Amino acid sequence: MIDEPLSQGASLVHRRDPRFRLIACLLLSLAAALAVGPAAPLLVLGAGLVLTLLARLPPGLVLRRFVAVNAFVAFLWLALPLTTPGTPVTASFHGLAATREGVVLATLITLKANAVFFCVLSLLATIPAPALGGAMRAVGVPDKFAFLFLFTYRYLHVISDEYGRLATAARLRGFVPATSTHAYRTYAALVAMVLVRAYDRSRRVYQAMVLRGFAGRFVSLDGFAADRGDVAFLIVALAVAVAGGALEIVSWRGHV
Amino acid sequence: MHISEGVLSGPVLAGGWALAAGGVALGLRRLDYDRIMTVAILSAAFFVASLIHVPIGPASVHLILNGLLGVVLGPAAFPAICIALLLQALLFQFGGLVVLGVNTVDMALPAVLCFLVFGPLLRAGGKARVVGAFCCGFFAVLGAGGLTALALALSGEAFTATAKLILTAHIPIMLIEGVLTAMVVGFLAKVRPEMLSPGLSG
Repeated sequence: MIDEPLSQGASLVHRRDPRFRLIACLLLSLAAALAVGPAAPLLVLGAGLVLTLLARLPPGLVLRRFVAVNAFVAFLWLALPLTTPGTPVTASFHGLAATREGVVLATLITLKANAVFFCVLSLLATIPAPALGGAMRAVGVPDKFAFLFLFTYRYLHVISDEYGRLATAARLRGFVPATSTHAYRTYAALVAMVLVRAYDRSRRVYQAMVLRGFAGRFVSLDGFAADRGDVAFLIVALAVAVAGGALEIVSWRGHV
Repeated sequence: MHISEGVLSGPVLAGGWALAAGGVALGLRRLDYDRIMTVAILSAAFFVASLIHVPIGPASVHLILNGLLGVVLGPAAFPAICIALLLQALLFQFGGLVVLGVNTVDMALPAVLCFLVFGPLLRAGGKARVVGAFCCGFFAVLGAGGLTALALALSGEAFTATAKLILTAHIPIMLIEGVLTAMVVGFLAKVRPEMLSPGLSG
């Protein structure tokens, strides 16, 4: 149910320091998300596509994720051209007409959403979760938050298996999903039982950790080591983000 | 309930981040290392539970359970939800880092508010608990839908229709979440009453 095939690899992108990938992802996402014109998102989209190619991710998986993200965008395309006030460009149908402004806005959102998607895909999703926990601490996220993140991730698969066993047990006893009180009661019992088992497990894990001398600090064996390639990579990412911002300002001045 | 990247305006995104940072900081401050493992593993449990699809007529909806999360974790629901959303970005690329703040507030703020408003009912036992739990499930989803719609509406009048549509689509989900939350809380009260005690929720 939950795996992270994207974080495995030995490509140019995967070899970059996770801290630098996290910062680069943030910079590029910001440059794309805050833009008002199409120039900056286009630039970041280009960068994201190049990075995705460099990361050599499985194409089938990339396509599936791409479709999932663009489902929401497609939903906006249904509504936005009709609901945005402005000059109509199509014939009016029951008082509804697509406006030029609406189409422009929907295009901009499509560009931005996909620009950020490819950055997250190539820069963030390629970081294994444990390394992301460490990278978050390195860039100033509170220790407790990083700790919560690491252990939530650590037990995701365990709890997912636990739920799988309970669901199998329910099916074995003839449970069929339906819109009925009985089915809802069963779902509630399933959810509650997952929570009860998670709670009991958390007490045991905590006791085991205290027994082994846990005192609130989490020591990691993997350190980070940035080399010149990492620095160069971050400088390029920063340059793209700044270029996006500059394009934004130039086009904004042009309008005024 | 996600707003995807690229939709919201700069001020809304910044406001979302500011509120989320405040909520997460508050949730973390009241969370000591005694309870941190419980919160982490329960966050994982909620992440898994939110992947469950419940049939409703011919369609099916996935559970949100932010109200239940508030009931069990109290203010710690803020960091828990933020982490669940971060994991969704990491594992499924749903949403990104910029919109994370708004999405966290959308889901977590109603959860914590419901916990504060209906908490006393939950601990009363009997019928009051059922009503309190239903309200937590119902109003947490209503609040989440409302805040999502608000974030869209604040980003431009073009989104007003979309915002209304989102709110309407959530009405059946509110009812299901309310009923399921009431049932789950009833179950927990019988099996592990300490999970509903204020000691766990801070």
